[in-house]
Amino acid sequence: MSEALVTVEAAGTESSVPAASGARQFWRRLRAQRAALVAAAVVALLVLIALGAPLLTALEGQDPTTYHPSLIDSARGGVPVGSLGGMSADHWLGVEPQTGRDLFARLVYGARVSLGVALAATVAQVILGTVMGVAAGLGNRWVDLVLSRITDIFVAMPLMIMALALLAVVPGDFPRPVLVALVIALVSGWSTTAKMVRAQTLTLKNLDYVAASRLSGWSTWRTAVRELLPGLAAPVITYAALLVPTNISAEAALSFLGVGVKPPTPSWGQMLTSADVWYQAAPQYLLLPAGALFVTVFALTVLGDGVRVALDPRAASRLRVGTGSKREARAEQAAPQAGTRARRQGGAKTEAGKEDRA
Amino acid sequence: MSLVEVTDLSVEFGPLRAVDSLSFSLAKGAALALVGESGSGKSTVAGALLGLHRGTGARVTGAVRVAGTDVQAASDEELRRLRGAKAAMVFQDPLSSLDPYYAIGDQIAEVYRVHARVSRRHARARAVEVLDRVGIPDAQRRSRSRPHEFSGGMRQRALIAMALACEPDLLIADEPTTALDVTVQAQILDLLHTLRAETGMGLLLVTHDVGVAAESVDDILVMRHGGAVERGPVGTVLAAPAEAYTRELLDAVPRVDARRTGSPATDEVVLEAMGVRREFGRGKGAVAAVDDVSVTVRRGETLGVVGESGSGKTTLGRMLVGLLEPTAGALRYEGRPHTGVNPAVQMVFQDPVSSLNPRRSVGESIADPLRACGERDEERIRGRVRELLERVGLEPAHHDRYPHEFSGGQRQRIGIARALAAEPRVIVCDEPVSALDVTTQAQVVALLGELQRELGLALVFIAHDLAVVRQVSDHVAVMRRGRVVECGPADEVYDSPRESYTRRLLAAVPALDPELAAQRRAARREPAVA
Amino acid sequence: MNGLTGFVLRRVIGAVVTLFALSVIIYVVFYVTPGNVAQITCGPRCSPAQVHQVAQQLHLDDPLYVRYGHFLQGLFAGQDFSTGTSVEHCAAPCLGQSYQTDQQVTDIILAKLPVSFSLVLGAMVIWLLLGVGTGVLSAWRRGRFSERVLTAITLAGVATPVFVIGLVLMIVVCGELQLLPFPQYVNFTDDPEQWAWNLLLPWLSLALVESANFARLTRASMLETLAEDHIRTFRAYGVSERAVIARHALRGATASVIALNAVTFGSAVGGAVLTETLFGLPGVGQELVHAVKVVDLPVVVGMVLVIGFFVVLANAVADVLYAVADRRVVLA
Repeated sequence: MSEALVTVEAAGTESSVPAASGARQFWRRLRAQRAALVAAAVVALLVLIALGAPLLTALEGQDPTTYHPSLIDSARGGVPVGSLGGMSADHWLGVEPQTGRDLFARLVYGARVSLGVALAATVAQVILGTVMGVAAGLGNRWVDLVLSRITDIFVAMPLMIMALALLAVVPGDFPRPVLVALVIALVSGWSTTAKMVRAQTLTLKNLDYVAASRLSGWSTWRTAVRELLPGLAAPVITYAALLVPTNISAEAALSFLGVGVKPPTPSWGQMLTSADVWYQAAPQYLLLPAGALFVTVFALTVLGDGVRVALDPRAASRLRVGTGSKREARAEQAAPQAGTRARRQGGAKTEAGKEDRA
Repeated sequence: MSLVEVTDLSVEFGPLRAVDSLSFSLAKGAALALVGESGSGKSTVAGALLGLHRGTGARVTGAVRVAGTDVQAASDEELRRLRGAKAAMVFQDPLSSLDPYYAIGDQIAEVYRVHARVSRRHARARAVEVLDRVGIPDAQRRSRSRPHEFSGGMRQRALIAMALACEPDLLIADEPTTALDVTVQAQILDLLHTLRAETGMGLLLVTHDVGVAAESVDDILVMRHGGAVERGPVGTVLAAPAEAYTRELLDAVPRVDARRTGSPATDEVVLEAMGVRREFGRGKGAVAAVDDVSVTVRRGETLGVVGESGSGKTTLGRMLVGLLEPTAGALRYEGRPHTGVNPAVQMVFQDPVSSLNPRRSVGESIADPLRACGERDEERIRGRVRELLERVGLEPAHHDRYPHEFSGGQRQRIGIARALAAEPRVIVCDEPVSALDVTTQAQVVALLGELQRELGLALVFIAHDLAVVRQVSDHVAVMRRGRVVECGPADEVYDSPRESYTRRLLAAVPALDPELAAQRRAARREPAVA
Repeated sequence: MNGLTGFVLRRVIGAVVTLFALSVIIYVVFYVTPGNVAQITCGPRCSPAQVHQVAQQLHLDDPLYVRYGHFLQGLFAGQDFSTGTSVEHCAAPCLGQSYQTDQQVTDIILAKLPVSFSLVLGAMVIWLLLGVGTGVLSAWRRGRFSERVLTAITLAGVATPVFVIGLVLMIVVCGELQLLPFPQYVNFTDDPEQWAWNLLLPWLSLALVESANFARLTRASMLETLAEDHIRTFRAYGVSERAVIARHALRGATASVIALNAVTFGSAVGGAVLTETLFGLPGVGQELVHAVKVVDLPVVVGMVLVIGFFVVLANAVADVLYAVADRRVVLA
């Protein structure tokens, strides 16, 4: 992505010095958004399903890998026997065409792969991105130049192409889900995170309180850890929350193309590869993985948006556009204590007052 | 019929009453200033005159009539016909108040065409005409420039030109010179004065600066907490204020002509800069922000550093405390070379918001220098922090509060406490009061003076405000474009400046006395005529 | 204008540096992998003799920088390949030779590019109209119910993988409703009308997904602009809300939209892998997937280089366009 765009994107995540915005304030702001709450519930449910996959399939009495040749009509090309794609008390959501593997089991195990790969990739992206970004932001001119160039190259690389190419050369005996997570993390996400972290670090670095910490006699290193890192938490978490759904899509896409998770490991993207052929005979074979994918990514995106709003109240207040005096009033509402106390003191400058002269 | 008739106006934003039953009127062609500190509601009133609060969720009650339009009852269409055509507004920050993407002439033409049914070409010609009128040289060509190609003063002229385009009956100026340097401020105020004399339009000036009001208007209305405290002819109110608050406000305003009852000077030099230079950028693009500056700071005295924006005074301050390394030249602390940070040389910053980490309690911030020099005993740290809080006039129990719970003035006190914690000999104050209201400003300045006397501190007081610098300084260095143009004892520099630049600066400072202001304006105009 | 020229120059130099670094990374990643590179390059069905020949062709015995030098030489000056019996000249820009199909990689890619461009150009028109339109509409209706509906739809668009949208579109439009035949690529030069009809669904599915990004970006930058002080100026001068939106808020968003468009275009030329695979369009992306599956290394490397070239180019163009649209960037 181009320089300019990353800045545009990062602008939304930059934190506006959230006054002591502790975890409590974050929850309060998140709870205030109904959509985000619903999304959070959906995500929690999905995580539970993924974790409890063995339990759920045991309850059904099936597993995701056993073939059931008796349940498919090989004369008709492998269409599941029975109505609705072979739905029955034994196979709650029917069976897969051609193989007869249990769809419910494959779907819930697919959730494991999807969420697991996406989360692992996100963690890797965030760590790599933060380290590179902080190093570039704090390092001298040359460190910054080299790291930023490397980052730029990775920003420029199209994910799908690089992932495809990389997956082609890595030996087949490498654990596949781990590999997919690594490849996704390496070719995408971390670079934009690094750019954002670098920009944020540069901003924070020039704040007066960082200078004050240095004047107190602390070393540069201690100053970075104590004064800078906490300031990076909010934007990084925001970014991470938005990376998870992107990673889910990426994993699904790679598997859809047949270079992601390898059979027999179930994956939603992989299930969709041949779904178009079977949609008439077994519509749920298309609809279930597509629906699961959509719901998961949608819920995570909404949740990510909610997290952003909760961590960056400015993003939310952008909706309300007014004149300076109105902003003045809002700020006053936000800090009523400070306002009244200041007035008692004979009109000391308040948070709100900034608008007047700043 | 008067031009503006405001009766019993109240504006509420949620639970906050920004304007509280305010009434005033403005006769045709007259000039009124709304003066008040931040949060007094003065800007809100200005917005209400044009109905700018409509649709923002604010509750506006009372009656507002501007140039025959009942703003409260007017339809959106009627309101649009009022805005710009009968009453035009000039805003504080001229850069952000213009669209960065369009040429200035086009922006003025656009506004003109909203109110006048004329061709694009005609509107463009009108734009050039008004730009010429406000003193933009080569208006035809400059009308094609975009805002960022103009200087601050030129932009404010362009905004005033936009206001003039439709020949309004009323000009509302909301802090029109706050973002400008003092010499440019004087030019803009003179321009407003001339235009008013030529066109006979009314002026409503919103400002925090009593001096600016004294220079520009006939009547003054002092506001506080959304209501009127005192009103009357500007000369009367400023010379003999009837209300306690007005007196308090006027007393707090630093006077550029008041001598300092100085502390006894010593000859012990604590901090010294010798021919320091600092460049930013490299190679051909390198710019020297500070160039060959030598200053000395003596024990127990204050060195004032004054200059307009871009004069390099902040860079100098950062070099003095060791946050920036000089490109050339050297610093000496108590006779020894001084590089890097030194606990004995501390700094108080300008912005009370960004100078404290919002995520740490103020007690933690103040304790930083103590911990940094190895203090481990929590009891002693706590005790010392409480002591320091008390010393700067804050409640010691507020130790565990976070910065956002304090007002700007209080935060500045916390910054001072943090600087004191390192037991410094020198404190460099970089615009320590420029973000504060005058009454708070006076309190903080008084605190710094007290501390200086008590602890024998040497202070470097960096500011753009000539009056504040005079109030606190024993010696003064006047900076311009990275160099010190004049340096000497404060009284000498202020009372008999040697350099023409210093004289120009001093002449541009608004006078609190309208009579004197008129004389000065005349004096300023003469060299221009000659 | 001088500043702008300098900016463009710097940006072009930056792009060249990036391309060079990209080629090194790609070369190292693919030709310095553990295992028998010659065997992998030649493909699984090669005889030992062929493998030996490939090893020579790739100069495997030379140090790494010499090998890379040969690779660059091929790129700029051309190279000769022996295919056992005859020697074939591969003219610059030579990206190598597929040992599985005995075709030159450059030819393979050149044959596929028109398809990819057809797909992306058409989709671009749709995503711009749809995306920017939606963005403007939701910025204009901000705070109202209709904006929330638009936002939800846009979010859903962002959340839906392109192959899901494509699958559903294909099944509904071609399968159930039978409004269109299942897409089959027709050359524009052969039959422009059939070309368009067959590409309609791929265009739509690619554009639907991308337009969601454009809608979000447009809305976000318009809202950001609307919160700026100069908007207040024009409102205070009686400029109507519609004019404020159309003239000032939209102008604030153009730079970002233009830049996003260049980037999206660049990455879609090679990156529309999913759309191409789904609809069976013989474009660059589909060829790449095929090459990956059969492990045809020279083709993979060539493809990645060419696509990387487009992406880097698009990024540079995006930055320049951004700077032209917002001259302040140059000054910063």
